[in-house]
Amino acid sequence: MAKRESTFINMLLVLTLVALIAAGTLGFVYVLTEDAIAEAKIKAQNEAIQSVVPGFDEIRETIVVNPDEGPEDLEIFPAYAGGELVGVAVKSYSMNGFSGHIGVMVGLDLKGNITGYQVLGHKETPGLGSKMGIWFNNADKPGQYVIGRNPGTAKLEVSKDGGEVDAITASTITSRAFLEALNRAHAGFAEKILPELNKSVTTP
Amino acid sequence: MSNLLTVSPSPHVHSDDSVQKIMYRVIVAMIPALIWSVVVFGVDALRVTLIAVAASVGFEYLVQRYVMKVKPSVSDGSALITGMLLAFNVPANLPWWIIIIGAFVSIGIGKLSFGGIGTNIFNPALVGRVFLLISFPVQMTSYPAPSGSGVDAVTAPTPLGLLKEGLMNGQPISEIAGNLPAATDLLMGSTGGSLGEISALMLIIGGIYMLLRKVITWHTPVAVLGSMFVVAAIFWMIDPETYIGPAYHLLTGGAMLGAIFMATDMVSSPMTGKGQLIYGVGIGVITMSIRLFGAYPEGISFAILIMNAFTPLINNSVKPKRFGGKK
Amino acid sequence: MDQVKNFTKGFIRENPVFVLLLGMCPTLGVTSSAINGLGMGLATTFVLVMANIVVSLVKSQIPDKVRIPAFIVIIATFVTVVELVMQAYVPALFESLGLFIPLIVVNCIVLGRAEAFASKNNLVSSLIDGLGMGLGFSFALTLLGGIREILGSGKIFNITIFPEDYVMLLFVLAPGAFIVLGYLIAIINKMKKA
Repeated sequence: MAKRESTFINMLLVLTLVALIAAGTLGFVYVLTEDAIAEAKIKAQNEAIQSVVPGFDEIRETIVVNPDEGPEDLEIFPAYAGGELVGVAVKSYSMNGFSGHIGVMVGLDLKGNITGYQVLGHKETPGLGSKMGIWFNNADKPGQYVIGRNPGTAKLEVSKDGGEVDAITASTITSRAFLEALNRAHAGFAEKILPELNKSVTTP
Repeated sequence: MSNLLTVSPSPHVHSDDSVQKIMYRVIVAMIPALIWSVVVFGVDALRVTLIAVAASVGFEYLVQRYVMKVKPSVSDGSALITGMLLAFNVPANLPWWIIIIGAFVSIGIGKLSFGGIGTNIFNPALVGRVFLLISFPVQMTSYPAPSGSGVDAVTAPTPLGLLKEGLMNGQPISEIAGNLPAATDLLMGSTGGSLGEISALMLIIGGIYMLLRKVITWHTPVAVLGSMFVVAAIFWMIDPETYIGPAYHLLTGGAMLGAIFMATDMVSSPMTGKGQLIYGVGIGVITMSIRLFGAYPEGISFAILIMNAFTPLINNSVKPKRFGGKK
Repeated sequence: MDQVKNFTKGFIRENPVFVLLLGMCPTLGVTSSAINGLGMGLATTFVLVMANIVVSLVKSQIPDKVRIPAFIVIIATFVTVVELVMQAYVPALFESLGLFIPLIVVNCIVLGRAEAFASKNNLVSSLIDGLGMGLGFSFALTLLGGIREILGSGKIFNITIFPEDYVMLLFVLAPGAFIVLGYLIAIINKMKKA
């Protein structure tokens, strides 16, 4: 087969055709995968919520809140069991990590006690700050265990700043940022969910 | 001896110096700092040094004998120095297996992968040190308190670490200054820090000995310390509440150890005086940039390694004039 | 042409990573674990095979002067297909490979095989070449990722081998990639000489 000549019209035709076929293929694949991608995203989020809030069967509509006028909104996912609110998962963040942004999903029960957390994304130093995912979740070390603490009664702070939480060895800055994210999650909870709860208690 | 019949290009200058003699003079120069670290950190300092030296010499022998299959050159004393310098650059409470990994990286990766003594681009001890610092950040930055006993597990932050920590919290210098050790403590070395870097005085004594015995010339240390002083002084004059005075920078961290013992390594530093001045200023400026603006409190190890990479380039651009050559 | 040789050349003799030194960006960037290396390798293999097939089919229809843009569009199409499919069915792997998936487009090895091989050979040879090269690339990335994972996090394919207290973090960071790659190339060179 002889090569097609490089005349202007040939080049125009071939490139247009190649681009059209490529666009068609991509459109087809996009439609095929669209639902699966959306599903995968929801599934990942639900898994994160499940790991921080125990025992629920339904997630109701997301509430958006920004307690301290920070650069990002917090998302609150109310978790219901048998029609009753049992806790919330709050997607919180801190901008003050050693390398910037840290995203955390924080679970809170109705009193505001932390029921669990999961680090969603961070850029901290491997082996130092990156340990936050397990460090504050270690029930054997009460000094660094944050589950069950309530940021509403006593703001979480590292012991170096006069708080009660032991910071990660050699990563005080990451620890501080992580606790900031937890406190922020609770602030969002206190602004949107607590007033509702108190209302329903006073007017049964 | 076939060595007697080696034909080499002129000049055929005879000198009494040999690799061995130079290396043993360096070792003598390190003795005061070593003794002082044993006084301050106790037997632990000796333990770290002995493990590092034994492992370095051992790896040099094994790799040369069984991997490279050449005649081992451990008797020239260079592996011994690498081991001692590595020990000087780590905390005295470092676990033994980390020291052995450090010695392996220093000798195996830093030195012999490049062909052994004379052909290594980077200072082997620093290659090992930086490898350990990045690999084991927790162990490498938990410095023992200078108690003298070495048995208790109390850790003390380094003066530079304290400074960085305070600044990152947004405290002004005048507030941090109360926690920092006094200048005499820094000179004598009763603060937290790596084994060999604590006493500026002992390191200077070793440096003067090496200068007198012509193991090193004044160019590199003076250029490193001088440029650090100038950079620190400029920033200190701009804002003394954010940047601490220049004297403090010279006396803390690895400044003295780096300028006198690490940067002057014959193999990885430039050959001419002029080249050494350029090289030294580069080290000083990079060190200060890392200390003032970087994430690590101390940066002289990184600075020396970076400038090591520039050494061939510097050597190339400041060649001495050929005898009888045109201007 | 000997198709067996054509297939096996990608593994050692003309290995894209260890011998041709092509595609260094994903090689150094994503190999912090064996599974990342394998995932990246297989994604690249798919793109390589498909691009080689299409290029060898249309090679006589494409005018010489616009062949590179045409090849790039073809490659980019398959990369986007891989990206969408991975996002839908293996979201965890997609997250960890991140930016490097779209970067397969500019991976020299893909364009290199399209230009140097598929545009000159028939369909079957091109398919086998793409498969061999892709699997050689996967093999190199998995090996590199495996070594870095063992030394840097004490695991292999997420199975813990030794406790985390003894890992050398440097190996999961960028310098570790350079050091391991350097020694692997040295070993391959030594093997080839012997």
